Amino acid sequence: MGDLFSQEVLQETWDIVINDMPLALWETFYVTVLATLFAVIIGLPLGVLLVVGEKDGILPLPKPFMGFLNVLINVLRSVPFLILMILVFPLTRLIVGTIVGTTASIVPLVIAAFPFVARLVESSLREINPNIIEAAQSMGASPFRIITKVMIPESVPSLISNVTIAVTTVLGYTAMSGIIGGGGLGKIAINYGYYRYKYLVMLIAVVILVLLVQLFQSVGTRLAKSTDKRLKSK
Amino acid sequence: MANTLLKIEHLTKSYDGNVILKDFNLSVRKGEVIVIIGPSGCGKSTLLRCINGLEPIQSGVIKLDDEIIDSKSKTITKLRQRVGMVFQSYDLFPHKTVLQNIILAPTLVQKRDKKEAVAEAEQLLDKVGLSDKKDSYPRQLSGGQKQRVAIVRALCMHPEVMLFDEVTAALDPEMVREVLDTMLELARQGSTMLIVTHEMEFAKAVSDRVIFLDNGEIVEEGAPHTFFNHPKTERAQKFLHTFEFEHIK
Repeated sequence: MGDLFSQEVLQETWDIVINDMPLALWETFYVTVLATLFAVIIGLPLGVLLVVGEKDGILPLPKPFMGFLNVLINVLRSVPFLILMILVFPLTRLIVGTIVGTTASIVPLVIAAFPFVARLVESSLREINPNIIEAAQSMGASPFRIITKVMIPESVPSLISNVTIAVTTVLGYTAMSGIIGGGGLGKIAINYGYYRYKYLVMLIAVVILVLLVQLFQSVGTRLAKSTDKRLKSK
Repeated sequence: MANTLLKIEHLTKSYDGNVILKDFNLSVRKGEVIVIIGPSGCGKSTLLRCINGLEPIQSGVIKLDDEIIDSKSKTITKLRQRVGMVFQSYDLFPHKTVLQNIILAPTLVQKRDKKEAVAEAEQLLDKVGLSDKKDSYPRQLSGGQKQRVAIVRALCMHPEVMLFDEVTAALDPEMVREVLDTMLELARQGSTMLIVTHEMEFAKAVSDRVIFLDNGEIVEEGAPHTFFNHPKTERAQKFLHTFEFEHIK
């Protein structure tokens, strides 16, 4: 431990931080945002279907379809991310053309995150008072209108809170993708800290990850609060 | 009858084998105000929900003009636009302002011009004394105000029939009046209304016809004066008796 803060180590760490950290931070940031975005694009409609497609939902769907959807989501959610990354290599190659690199890591991240997002969306939509959905029905609104104009707008604060959870989870996964050659802070932590015993660099990468989580979480919490019209004191 | 607007024939509704409405028949003339009373669980609310196509029915026919109301049909959304419903729990959209709540269905479902819908909404709000609340959110309103907004929201769709499902049951006594006054005014203007209520004095004042339901069947019906003063059936007499307190002293 004595060497951890020696002049030499500090100088070396500083060089790495200056040279590699900005790019790594940017990579982590854009992979997280893009992967979450795609996960929401796929997961939001699926989450909606999970709720409206039920037997007593506003748009009952065939039972086999609902069963398939539930199993698919559960299966994808059960596979550990580390293994999922390897399992989807063929798909990654198909979409991105390569299986290594920062962009390539977006594919497994999306596959891992969209089922999670679908479940989060499902729970957000279930919080809606069923009476207001019935009120919308009584006015002659079609299922599509009820989804787009009542269910989703009415659950915005909850959706934002839940997407924030998804963002922080994806951020954690991006760090793991460093193992298969994904870029970002995870790669720095693994390459320098794990392979070359530069613990200080690893520590700094971890601190930055923690700060990023804090940042995403506080932005999300603030947004969720400001969009909630049910709250008092405004 | 020539100007029958709503006709219910041999309606049967059951939940998991429990029969809620048995071979129920009713016809409502245009402009008629019908009050439906009865003990809880007698099927009053279910009846209104069936008329709005919110409940699948097991047999019988509900017709608005000559169109059949069937909760499973493709045209149900069209028919629901012609039937306005106000609920006990107001059911305003909490994340929309009063004005947004009111114009949502007229602009989206009926595809009316937004300016025109807003103008009508403002006019109706003014009538119920809430024009200063149009940009408020539901949480900023009292129960009575919320319920008046809910009535305006239903009215803005220009329904041919209005259904009121115990709309004052959740309100404080002073707020009951403001809501009932709004409904009396509607009745005076000639709206066709079906009202489920426990406010007997109001029922007397507003109705053209009173229907007493028990166990899913019409036990007695008649003009309000006759029904409230000289109920014929023992069941109705007993029910009305529960609203009197003179005999206690």
